[in-house]
Amino acid sequence: MANQGLLGSTIARKFAMALSALFLIVFLLQHMSINMLSVFSADTFNEVSHFMGTFWLVQYVMQPILIFGVLLHFILGFILEYKNWSSRKVKYANYKGSANASWMSRNMIYTGAVILLFLGLHFYDFWIPEIAHKFVEGKDSFIENGVADSGYRFYHELRHKFDGDIVRMILYVVSFIFLGLHLNHGFESAFQSMGARSKKYTPIIKKLGTAYSILIPLGFIVIAVYHYVTQL
Amino acid sequence: MKLLLKIWRQNGPQDKGKMVDYNVDGIEGDMSFLEMMDVLNSQLIEKGDEPVIFDHDCREGICGSCSMFINGEAHGPGRNVTTCQLHMRSFKDGETIFIEPWRAEAFPVIKDLMVDRSAFDRIIQAGGYVSVNTSGNTQDANSLPIPKEDADLAFDAATCIGCGACVATCKNASAMLFTSAKISQLSLLPQGQVEAKERVINMVNQMDLEGFGNCTNTGACEVECPKGISLDNIARMNREYLSATAKGKK
Amino acid sequence: MALDSKIPEGPLKDKWTNYKNQIDLVNPANKRNIDVIVVGTGLAGASASASLAELGYNVKTFCFQDSPRRAHSIAAQGGINAAKNYQGDGDSTYRLFYDTVKGGDYRSREANVYRLAEVSANIIDQCVAQGVPFARDYGGLLDNRSFGGVLVSRTFYAKGQTGQQLLLGAYSALSRQIAKGKVEMHNRHEMLDLVKVDGKARGIIARNLVTGEIQRHSAHAVVIASGGYGNVFFLSTNAMGSNVTAAWKAHKKGAHMANPCFTQIHPTCIPVSGGFQSKLTLMSESLRNDGRIWVPKKMEDAKAIQAGTLKGKDIAEENRDYYLERRYPAFGNLVPRDVASRAAKERCDAGFGVNKTGEAVYLDFKSAIVRYGKQEAFVHGNKNPSDAEIQTLGKAAVAAKYGNLFQMYEKITDENPYEMPMKIYPAVHYTMGGLWVDYDLMTDIPGCYAAGEANFSDHGANRLGASALMQGLADGYFVLPYTIGNYLSKDIRTGEIPNDSAEFMAAEKEVKARIDGFMNAKGTKPVDHFHMRLGKLMWENCGMARNAEGLQKGMKEIKALKEEFFANVRIPGVANGVNQELEKAGRVADLMELGELMCKDALERSESCGGHFREESVELDGIQKGEAKRDDENFSFVSAWQWNGESGKQELIKEPLEFKDIAVKQRSYK
Repeated sequence: MANQGLLGSTIARKFAMALSALFLIVFLLQHMSINMLSVFSADTFNEVSHFMGTFWLVQYVMQPILIFGVLLHFILGFILEYKNWSSRKVKYANYKGSANASWMSRNMIYTGAVILLFLGLHFYDFWIPEIAHKFVEGKDSFIENGVADSGYRFYHELRHKFDGDIVRMILYVVSFIFLGLHLNHGFESAFQSMGARSKKYTPIIKKLGTAYSILIPLGFIVIAVYHYVTQL
Repeated sequence: MKLLLKIWRQNGPQDKGKMVDYNVDGIEGDMSFLEMMDVLNSQLIEKGDEPVIFDHDCREGICGSCSMFINGEAHGPGRNVTTCQLHMRSFKDGETIFIEPWRAEAFPVIKDLMVDRSAFDRIIQAGGYVSVNTSGNTQDANSLPIPKEDADLAFDAATCIGCGACVATCKNASAMLFTSAKISQLSLLPQGQVEAKERVINMVNQMDLEGFGNCTNTGACEVECPKGISLDNIARMNREYLSATAKGKK
Repeated sequence: MALDSKIPEGPLKDKWTNYKNQIDLVNPANKRNIDVIVVGTGLAGASASASLAELGYNVKTFCFQDSPRRAHSIAAQGGINAAKNYQGDGDSTYRLFYDTVKGGDYRSREANVYRLAEVSANIIDQCVAQGVPFARDYGGLLDNRSFGGVLVSRTFYAKGQTGQQLLLGAYSALSRQIAKGKVEMHNRHEMLDLVKVDGKARGIIARNLVTGEIQRHSAHAVVIASGGYGNVFFLSTNAMGSNVTAAWKAHKKGAHMANPCFTQIHPTCIPVSGGFQSKLTLMSESLRNDGRIWVPKKMEDAKAIQAGTLKGKDIAEENRDYYLERRYPAFGNLVPRDVASRAAKERCDAGFGVNKTGEAVYLDFKSAIVRYGKQEAFVHGNKNPSDAEIQTLGKAAVAAKYGNLFQMYEKITDENPYEMPMKIYPAVHYTMGGLWVDYDLMTDIPGCYAAGEANFSDHGANRLGASALMQGLADGYFVLPYTIGNYLSKDIRTGEIPNDSAEFMAAEKEVKARIDGFMNAKGTKPVDHFHMRLGKLMWENCGMARNAEGLQKGMKEIKALKEEFFANVRIPGVANGVNQELEKAGRVADLMELGELMCKDALERSESCGGHFREESVELDGIQKGEAKRDDENFSFVSAWQWNGESGKQELIKEPLEFKDIAVKQRSYK
């Protein structure tokens, strides 16, 4: 029997999900850390944003990989869900999923879908304007194009989005809660999928996963709430 | 004890099937779940109705025949038990009990609560063995010492009874716990090392061909497994599979 | 007609080697043209199928379960014997042979048993090579434990699941051959008749249990490895599906049934708890290594326990009667199964039973927990452990050895055996009798073989613990592959056996008529109703203790029950689909006929031997007073019963037993 190729087998698909997940986990950590700077120092935030937005390695290597990773994770996630759904077409009349598995682990597709919707909003808010500024309008990093004295535009733009917009703030907060739920299972699941499990390390990974899935979304929530509240 | 049973009745693979209500009375706590079903079937037969068909044989939790999805859980509410080891003392007087067959595309219903689990046999046939002839012309059993720890882990994996509760309970109808238990047993022992790479590839491929779902690490299988087969085995299978694939095994 | 057991010439220890050197072999090209049918996929059937397929024969294997892995060998707990002498405690092929013949109360055939002992060591090698995870010690070598009726540790085990591990080993070997196309596996099929052409076994009629289709399968030889018939007692440790049908059909086609009354009643089973009970659960004999069996010494204590006002754990040490240790100081709690069972019955009959029906004795781990606890504390450097520490450590040690058994006990009885002594009682477990076979394991139908529990060959009147697994695998892996070849070497020019000959068509028609008969029965009662009654009357009249009057009564009652069965059974549903009632009806009808023969055989054998205890034959004085009394002068033979066209009218043919290499003695465990 021939090997079914990279994504042909169930285990290879698990592995691909896990790999992209780990990449996204690292990405989230740096994203949250940089954004958190905006709470403490507008200048540092601007400096780092400028660096990230102009450094070639980030822009032309990491960013495409990230986009690929996100797409892979979502598309594969939906393929998996469809395949899994069709592995049991006739459903149980009575199925007590809560008896043996956590809510988070059973609802990755829903928490994931919420995150996908959020990404739509988030891209509309920041990433699409940013790409448009940079590559369509030919803007640089300053509020007034080419005028360094006008200051970096990043902090300014961030503040603007949350200025008095309670709906946006709430949408962000709710989405981050879903992100937390998704990460709560996703973190340790990624390790299990890659076969990284041992008596010694698995308990540590589990604790780390729980901590991560609380702290990262909490950080994002603090940032969103801070910028909303301080502009009231 | 009086009970209301809601049981899946399906006359054959092509029949649509439906849940049917039955009342039973005079059930005692010391009865096993299957003995309760015997009582129901006796009543049905005496009335001239067809008894509920279900698989069962040893009735001591080791053959893996019995396979009922009871009140939303594989083998019912007990832990580390098969349906035949579940006793009626786990239920309350007047309780409503849902009884359904294992549900998975890879386990088609034959009749009522009886399903076809031959997919499991085909997974084993794809490589769940050590390719040694039964001639007895092998080396002395003690010429190959095996660390107790490995032997014990291999034994734990080998206690799988192939009942299919893992598939039935998994929200994805995945057979990874079953498949990984056999792969683990043999990969932990030196006898199984020789063909370990081919084995994991072939067995996983067969598992996929049978139409089982994809593991999403919910861990439900480990909880519902009557023999407590550990998720460690799935992790080990993943490692073995990835390393075999990386080495270009087909 | 005299029976020819075809025992090879020469000294005992060379017989098998000489045999193997002299048989005719079949060349590999010819093996491809020869078909063999194997019925049953337990240890004997699965191992025979795999081995024959490896040799190159086309094998067609049948099992009624949904997978070959579910055959009831899977439930064997304790272990498998082999004369490896790894413990250096004086074991040898001869000693295993001697223990088995003695344990069987000198009612088995020397040559067969010696061969069994001879190949036993190879079984362990074979199973280890297959990846069977036997228990090991810290040095990585195989561990052993001891079992009843022997004085050495020769039992290999895998916790309390040895049968499972061995069967899965055989199943994996079988699976390998199925994948290669050398074995054509028929799951969910039941053999309903044997087909003879020109006097030879040439095939079977089978029913597909899913579609109900009646099929004709032809082959050059047929192996019956369908297990034992303990289910004639309804309540037994057998699986619900275990049945005698395959063997019985062969019997009715001319194969002799040998020693059908030799039934093993296992001493350590969980007692019956109610009238609804469908089966009994065994607690491994290995528990007797550490557990002590007792009942109260004082009648008033026993009465209080039966009334539920006193608990076993509250009875003081001096008021406990460790009756096995008292009666059999040399073997104590490790006497053979038949002896232990009878001793339990004796105490319970005397009124000392310890559950509400007075049909249970205690199996107590209290002293084992203390002993292990002290030992563990000592090993860990604690020279002065407290009682609590001893209890904790001791319980952990006992759990490590028997944890799964204790857990099983607690699940069934809802009582914690670490705190309360276990309650146990004897239950039907194994049938030593079965189809008569010669040294080749061939019945007296040419080409029809019987292996494992289905044959009668190795255990005499009582089987020792951990010997059934040994025999099943020996037959399948190491004996049949040789002996069948010897027979088939004469069949290489036969060509494919047609399955539409007159004999096949007639057998098919007969099977269909029988099924129609069941379907058309106009009664009202389910099959189980009759099966339970059969079981009860067998237990009462042909159980642990038998007498002439009871046996005659039993035969009469079975006859009446049989008539009532055919008149009053109801089989709902249709024959051409899944119909579990129809399956059971066929099996129970055969069990009734078998029950009659068992009573007849037990009546004929008016001696006590092994598991067969005739109340009329006991020692009347001396140190052995009250023990079973064997009668070698009149009964040193195998009873082989020949079918004569009517149930209960079989004719007895005797195969005399000669003991040349073993001195026949009274079996003493005192």
